[in-house]
Amino acid sequence: MANPVQFLTRTRSAYRMGWTDYFSYAYLVVGLFTMFAPVVWLVMSSLKTESALAQFPPTFLPYSQKSVSVPGYDQPLPLYLTRITGDDGKTSERPMAQVMRLGIMATMVDPAKPAEKPVQVNINERKPVNELEFATSNYTEIFGKFSFGTYLFNSVFITVIATLLTLLINSMAAFALSKYQFKGQKWVFGLIIATLMIPPTIILVPVFLVINTVGLLNSLWGVILPAIATPTGVFLLRQYMLTIPDELIEAARMDHASEWRIYWKIILPLSAPALAVLAIFSVMWRWNDFLLPLIVLSKSEYFTLQLALNSFQGELNTQWHYLLAMTVITLIPITLVFAFLQKYITTGIASAGVK
Amino acid sequence: MATLELENLVKTFDKATILHGVNLKVEDGEFVVFVGPSGCGKSTLLRSISGLDSPSSGEIRIDGQRVNDVSAAHRGCAMVFQSYALYPHMSVYDNMAFGLENMRMDAALIRSKVTAAANLLRLDALLERKPTQLSGGQRQRVAIGRAIVREPKLFLFDEPLSNLDAELRVSMRAEIRDLHTRLKATMIYVTHDQVEAMTMADKIVVLRAGKIEQVGTPLDLYNRPVNTFVAGFIGSPRMNFISASLVSGQAAGVHSLGMRPEHAQLAGPVAGGDITLVVTQVEQLGSSSLLHGMVAGDTPFELVLAGQTDIRLGDNVGIHLPPAQLHRFDQGGLRLPN
Repeated sequence: MANPVQFLTRTRSAYRMGWTDYFSYAYLVVGLFTMFAPVVWLVMSSLKTESALAQFPPTFLPYSQKSVSVPGYDQPLPLYLTRITGDDGKTSERPMAQVMRLGIMATMVDPAKPAEKPVQVNINERKPVNELEFATSNYTEIFGKFSFGTYLFNSVFITVIATLLTLLINSMAAFALSKYQFKGQKWVFGLIIATLMIPPTIILVPVFLVINTVGLLNSLWGVILPAIATPTGVFLLRQYMLTIPDELIEAARMDHASEWRIYWKIILPLSAPALAVLAIFSVMWRWNDFLLPLIVLSKSEYFTLQLALNSFQGELNTQWHYLLAMTVITLIPITLVFAFLQKYITTGIASAGVK
Repeated sequence: MATLELENLVKTFDKATILHGVNLKVEDGEFVVFVGPSGCGKSTLLRSISGLDSPSSGEIRIDGQRVNDVSAAHRGCAMVFQSYALYPHMSVYDNMAFGLENMRMDAALIRSKVTAAANLLRLDALLERKPTQLSGGQRQRVAIGRAIVREPKLFLFDEPLSNLDAELRVSMRAEIRDLHTRLKATMIYVTHDQVEAMTMADKIVVLRAGKIEQVGTPLDLYNRPVNTFVAGFIGSPRMNFISASLVSGQAAGVHSLGMRPEHAQLAGPVAGGDITLVVTQVEQLGSSSLLHGMVAGDTPFELVLAGQTDIRLGDNVGIHLPPAQLHRFDQGGLRLPN
């Protein structure tokens, strides 16, 4: 793992590529392309100006048309590489700025000689002059517009609080289900797992009615509370806690530890890998959640980023350059969480599965 | 400092009865060892005393007080587990201090107690380490230290040395013995190793299938085992049993005879003596020799000889059985008086 090149070019046999290697690498490349290409396209597009986004055919890199200021004209004029047939019958190509366009004829002026009389050029005789330009203004501008800060705060608040509560509630349930013997224990566990079979959309209306009745509509808590107990989390943590030796708990009990202290000082620290996994999942679920916030939060001051993204898509007019920039910003926290904690996912899931 | 009494203790799990009415009295300051083959209920008995399991019926009294309904923490027992059960995420210091912190003891007092226990067990240099950074013997000492700091009335050891290698086991044995002498506390120690029991105990309790077979000092058990089970269990190598009919002049009712390998004597290099042994294996240990063989065709018999021997495989040797060392048992395996 020390040398990434060595790691990425490993083969089954130490000396040559076997057919399994070709197959594996082909599979991995296809997988990389299908999963990563849309993200790369999104990031590149988010750096395009509004006009470059509307261009057809689309370009991969964010090109935009160059424009020049020509004395005598108020606005900067778009620049075209224009083929001009001179008075002597020779054709030459040179950059010209467009003053105005009418039908298929454009009035062009040479920016080098602004004093000369503008010429009429057929639009088929010219090509726009493009330059690479990263429209970082997409990003800087959204912070000022659309109360982006509020949306970001709402999303972060919901994600952080809901994740903390999820960890707390689920680990307490998992502790009871893994370390206490009581009548109906298996039944309760089975019931919790059985709720996995009910799709969230099915219970959407009842959830809405409950949230409405308890007066949590248009409150961030209305999004946080319904989702904090998850069967996946209980299952994951319970399986992991089963691997913690009972003798530790017995030793703690003889050490005068209360049940709460056993949970807090012994079980929780020892379940850290499984808790990390659940934390990652929970952050991803809450951050990406759309349906529940959509029905609970209707006032724009409570919108999460996901809802704000949706509201950008207007009925008549969508400001794609802002929408794309905001989408990229929305992706960043999840990417960071995943990048730093993904090692726990493999270790945590692996050890949760094997008792 | 405490006495312990068990009266008619019964423990059943589902349908299986693990303990069949155990009666026992442990005096203040005694070192008592529960010994028996695996599955005999010795650990269950210990867990019942500690309060981690509750007995199905019967009474447990510590210092004369009935403690059946007292929680494990409040019985004043401290337990050392077979797996040590150290908290892996805490340092050695925190492991030992955890119990005292739970009792809401003053921090300065905790520090002095933990330091004292660490001194006693030579753990001073290791206080900041995590259990995973310790060797087996050190972990064992931390587990004992965790028990000591609470100054319990009763120390309970559940096969504490079974995870250690042979050499370390011998030295830890001496350390625990030494600890008992210094603390003068009542200790109950569970093991399946009869050598451990013999070397450490003031009093041995031999258990089989949930019943106490015999209680006594190590030499009591060695010299006067009450039945063939205890006779076979205590002593190494184990006692030889032969049919009474092989040796002439036995009283009526004697069914089998027991003779420890170290008490049987060589009668002569050729056949003679009370019985004849056909040697099937010779183990030369240098200071002593161990002969394995058969008597009367199919009864295995072992013999310990002092020093070295030139007896070989396949030799027939005569064995003399000194009558004073002969153990006599009846049909049911119970000891008959000499």
